[in-house]
Amino acid sequence: MDLTLDFPKVKAIVESSTEKVDSLIDSYAGNKEQLISLLQDIQAEFNYLPQDVLVKVSQKLDIPLSQVFSVVTFFRAFTLKPRGRHLVTVCLGTACHVKGGSRLVEKVERDYGIKPGDTTEDMRFTLETVNCLGCCALGPVVVVDGKYESKMNPDKLDRVLRGYK
Amino acid sequence: MVEQVRKLLEKRVESVAELEKLRQSIVDKKDSSRTCISVCGGTACRAAGSEAVVDAFIDEIEKRELQVQVEMKETGCHGFCERGPLVVIEPKKIFYQQVKPEDVTEIIAETVLGGKVVERLLYVDPVTSQKITYEPDVPFYKRQTRTIFGANGEIDPTNIEDYIASGGYSALSKVLTGMKPQQIIDEIKKSGLRGRGGGGFPTGRKWQSCRDAKADIKYVICNADEGDPGAYQDRSLLEGNPHSVLEGMIIGAYVIGSHHGYIYVRNEYPLAVRHARIAIEQAMDYGLLGENIMGSGFDFTVTINKGGGAFVCGESSALMASLEGKIGEPKAKYVHMSEKGLWDSPSLLNNVKTWANISLIINKGADWYSKIGTAGSKGTMIFSLVGNINNTGLVEVPMGITLREMIFDIGGGIPNGKKFKAVQTGGPSGGCIPEQFLDTPVDFDELTKLGSMMGSGGMIVMDEDTCMVDVAKYFVEFLKGESCGKCTPCREGINRMSEILSGITRGKGKREDLDTLEDLAGILSAGALCALGQTAANPVLSTLRYFRDEYLAHIDEKKCPAGICRELIQYSIDPEKCQGCLRCLRACPTGAITGEKREAHTLNRGLCIKCGACYDVCKFNAVIRQ
Amino acid sequence: MAKVWIDGETTIDVEDADGVNSVSLTVDDKEIIVSTGQTILEAVQRVDGIGNIPALCNHPAVKPYGACRICTVEVSEDGGSKFKFVASCLYPVKQGLIVRTNTDKIKKLRKGIIELMLARCPNVKRIQELAEEYGVDKPRFVLGDQDCILCGLCVRACQEIMGKSAISLVNRGIYREVAAPFYAYELTEECIGCGDCAFVCPTGAIEMGDDGRPILPRVKIPYAEIEALMKKEAATPS
Repeated sequence: MDLTLDFPKVKAIVESSTEKVDSLIDSYAGNKEQLISLLQDIQAEFNYLPQDVLVKVSQKLDIPLSQVFSVVTFFRAFTLKPRGRHLVTVCLGTACHVKGGSRLVEKVERDYGIKPGDTTEDMRFTLETVNCLGCCALGPVVVVDGKYESKMNPDKLDRVLRGYK
Repeated sequence: MVEQVRKLLEKRVESVAELEKLRQSIVDKKDSSRTCISVCGGTACRAAGSEAVVDAFIDEIEKRELQVQVEMKETGCHGFCERGPLVVIEPKKIFYQQVKPEDVTEIIAETVLGGKVVERLLYVDPVTSQKITYEPDVPFYKRQTRTIFGANGEIDPTNIEDYIASGGYSALSKVLTGMKPQQIIDEIKKSGLRGRGGGGFPTGRKWQSCRDAKADIKYVICNADEGDPGAYQDRSLLEGNPHSVLEGMIIGAYVIGSHHGYIYVRNEYPLAVRHARIAIEQAMDYGLLGENIMGSGFDFTVTINKGGGAFVCGESSALMASLEGKIGEPKAKYVHMSEKGLWDSPSLLNNVKTWANISLIINKGADWYSKIGTAGSKGTMIFSLVGNINNTGLVEVPMGITLREMIFDIGGGIPNGKKFKAVQTGGPSGGCIPEQFLDTPVDFDELTKLGSMMGSGGMIVMDEDTCMVDVAKYFVEFLKGESCGKCTPCREGINRMSEILSGITRGKGKREDLDTLEDLAGILSAGALCALGQTAANPVLSTLRYFRDEYLAHIDEKKCPAGICRELIQYSIDPEKCQGCLRCLRACPTGAITGEKREAHTLNRGLCIKCGACYDVCKFNAVIRQ
Repeated sequence: MAKVWIDGETTIDVEDADGVNSVSLTVDDKEIIVSTGQTILEAVQRVDGIGNIPALCNHPAVKPYGACRICTVEVSEDGGSKFKFVASCLYPVKQGLIVRTNTDKIKKLRKGIIELMLARCPNVKRIQELAEEYGVDKPRFVLGDQDCILCGLCVRACQEIMGKSAISLVNRGIYREVAAPFYAYELTEECIGCGDCAFVCPTGAIEMGDDGRPILPRVKIPYAEIEALMKKEAATPS
C-alpha cells in the first residue's frame, strides 16, 4: 500500500478547515463506538481521510491511532488518498458479472490506465468496483458521480466518460 | 415553538385505543373515489428515471388543478424491476410499465380523467402476446404470494400514516395489551419461522435463549448488511416499508427486555438509510417508539449505523464488532451472541425479512402462518430473481414452490432463446443447481441437500453462455477480497483456490488441481473460524459436482465450451454473415480488424486482445467467439 | 476433585473447595477432572499424560485469539453421536465433553493448514519443524516468502501486557499485515521499545532494531513485492 501523503494543495485545504474538523469530531465527543460513523462524515467532507485529521480523531476520541488506522484500512468505504473529480463505480455483482460487467472495468483500465482503487494522474477519474447495487434488472450498471447508467457496454461507457471533464 | 411542540404532542399516541382512533381517522379521511397514482420509487426504478416521472406527475396534477381528485404517491419497490419505471393506477390497479416523463400527460388525460387505458404502456405477455391491463393479472405477480412485499406498492415509506392506515402497528398493540413475552415466543416457535438471513436458524429458539439470558442490558439488532451480490430484497424492504421492520424489532425488544436497538445498514444503500431514519423519527413523533410506547411504560429506541463496505460484517459477530467501532473481525461463537453479543450483552440479531415476518405472525397467528410452506420451511420467502432471466425482479413465494415454477412461470424463462444452464442460490456461500433438479421445492433443507443453500434469497439464473468454472472463480475472487484475513484456512485457502481457478481458466490447469481444490474445501469447512470461510468452497464444490466436464475441458483440452475464459477463446469474423458495416473495426481498441466498407472484415488474431468489443457491437452475429 | 493452580508451576488437588467448580471430560478416551473457566487447550496443557495439541497463535501471557486454527480438535457435547470441529484454545471445558485431539480428520486438517502456512512462509524454522512433524513435503502452491504468520501475538502482547497499542493488524484478507500507524512509529508515543512483541513472536518475524524500535515484517518485505513475485512465477509456463 503506497501512501504518498504530501499533496500541498490538500494540506492547505485541511489546515484551513480545522474549525469544520473540530466541530465534526466534537459532535461525536466521547462516543468511541461511533468511530466508523465519524470517519464516514469526515470522508464525505474531504473526499478522503487526511492523515492529520485522523491523528486528531485519535486524540480527541481517545482511541489509539493504531486502532483508527486498522479501521480505516479494513473497510473499503475509506480511502487515504484523495479521490479524483469524478467517481466511476462499476458494479461487479453476480448478475452484472454474468452480463459482462468485468469488461467495463477492463475498458477503463485500458483507456485511462487505472485499476480499481486508483485515480488518474490528472485527478479526473477514480475507479472503484462494488459488489451489487441491487439494480440487477438494469445490468451492467456503472455509477458516475452518483448517476446510475444502465445496460452499459464498453462502447456506451466510453461515450459517457467522455462527457466528464 | 410552542405551536410546534403542541403539534408534536397532538400526534403522540398515548394508548392502544388512541392508535385505533388515529387509524380510523386516517382511513375515514381517505376518499375511496379519489384516484391514487402509485409510482415505484425503488432504487432500480429511480436508476431507470422514475424521479422524472414523479416530477412530471406533480407538474401535471398542479397544472390541471387535480389535487382534490388525484393523489400521487411515490412508493417502495414494486418488485418487477425489469419493467420499470412502474406506475399503478388505483383503485383499479391499472398497470403501466416502462413509463417515461413524456407519457404522463397522456396518462392523466386518458386514464385518470378519461377512464381509458393507454395501450402502449401495458405489459404484453410474451407467451400469449396479449396485453394485460391489471396488475394482479400480470403473470409475474399472479403466481406470487405477496403477504409481506405486497405492501410496498401501497405505502409511501416517508409517511407513517400510510402504514398505520393499512393496519400497521396493530401487532404491537396486540402485544402491549396482554400478550406475555413467553406467549409471543411460543407463537413464533409454533409458526416455524426460520431466519431469513442465510442461517435458517429457528427464530423462536433464538428469541428464547435471548430472553432467558440474565442481564440488565440487552440489544436488538437488525442485520441489513445484505452483501450477497445479486440480492437486494432487504434493501427494497427497508426502503419501501421500514415500519414493518421497526414493528418487528419493537416486539422483539419487548419480549427479551431490551431498550435499545440498532439497524446496521450497508454503506451502499443511502436510500434505505434515509427512509429508515425518517421512519424512526416519525415513529418517535407518534409515540410508537422511544419512551413510554403507546403509554405502556415500555421504552425502546433505535439507532441506525452504516456499514463501512465489508461483506464479512454480515456475519453476526463481525457486525457487532463493527458496531463497537472496531474492525469487522468475526470471533468464535462458542458462547452464543444471544448470551454474549454486543458489548458482551445478550443480543438478538435477525435479518430484515425475519423482522418483517413478526407482525404478520402476531396478527394472523402461528396456525395461519404455518399452513404456508413446507414441513421444514414455513411461510413465504422473498427472492431476488436476476441474471439471464426475462422477468428480473423481487419475488415473494411460499416455501415449497419449485425452482421451475419460479424461473419459468414467474420469471418468464430465459431471454434471447437461450437454454437454461444453472441457477445459483445462497450467494457466495451457496451453490449452482443444474437443470435436472428444477423440480426441487425451494426449502432450506432441500437446497442444502443439493449442495447449495437458501441464503439470503439471491437467485441468479445462468444460461448456456455461462462458464461454470468462471462462475466458481468469480465467487472465490469475491470472497478473497472480502475475507477479514484473521484465520489461516480462509485467508490462505481462498487465495490458493483463486490461484488454482485462475490457472484453470487460463489453460494452465492440471488434473491434480481438482484434488487440491477438494482438499482446500475440506480445510475450509473444518478449520475456518466463521461461516464466510466455512462455506467459501461451496461454489467450487457444487460446480465440480454438476459440471465436472467443463473443468475437464479447461484442463485437458484447454478449451472453454461456453466461450468465456479469455485465454481459451478465439474471435473470428464469419465472412458469410459480415455486412461490412465497419462497426467492429471502429470498436476495436487495437486495430486488429481490417476491411473496407461493404466488404467482409478480417480479424487479426495476433493483435486481438479478446476484449469482446466487436462481439458486442455486431448486429449481424458475424463475430464468432469459441 | 479439581486441579487448582497455586502459582505458574504448581497445582494441588482440591476436594470440593468453595467457589471451585470442577468438570469431568474425556480427552482421547482418558477421563480428566479440571476446574471450569478454562479452555480445552489449557486443560490439556496442564494435565499430565495427555498428548499435546499444537498451537501457534497462543501464548500463556495473552488472551487466546483462534487465528491459526492448528489447535482444532473434534468435540462432542451429546455423548459421542455428533462431533464438530472447534478451536481448542477458545472452547471452554464442559461437563461430559468428549474431546478427540488426534483423529485422522484432525491430522489431515493440521497437515492442510501447515501446508498453507509453509507455502506462505517457506523459510520460517518453526513452520518447517511443524511440516516435518506432520509429513508435509513441498506445498502444492506458489511459494511466497513471508516471515509473519499473522498470529497477532505481537499486537495482543502490546495491548494486554503493556497496555499500549503501538502496532495493529491493518488491511484485510491476504493483504493483512502488522504495522505501526501509517507505518510510522513517530506519529504516536505508544511504542516504548519494551520488546514484548519480538519476545512473543513464534517465527522471529519481528526483531528489535538499533533504534530500540521493532522492525516489523512489512518493513523487511513489502507484500506487494511478494505478490508480484508470485504472479510472475504463476504466469511462467511450467
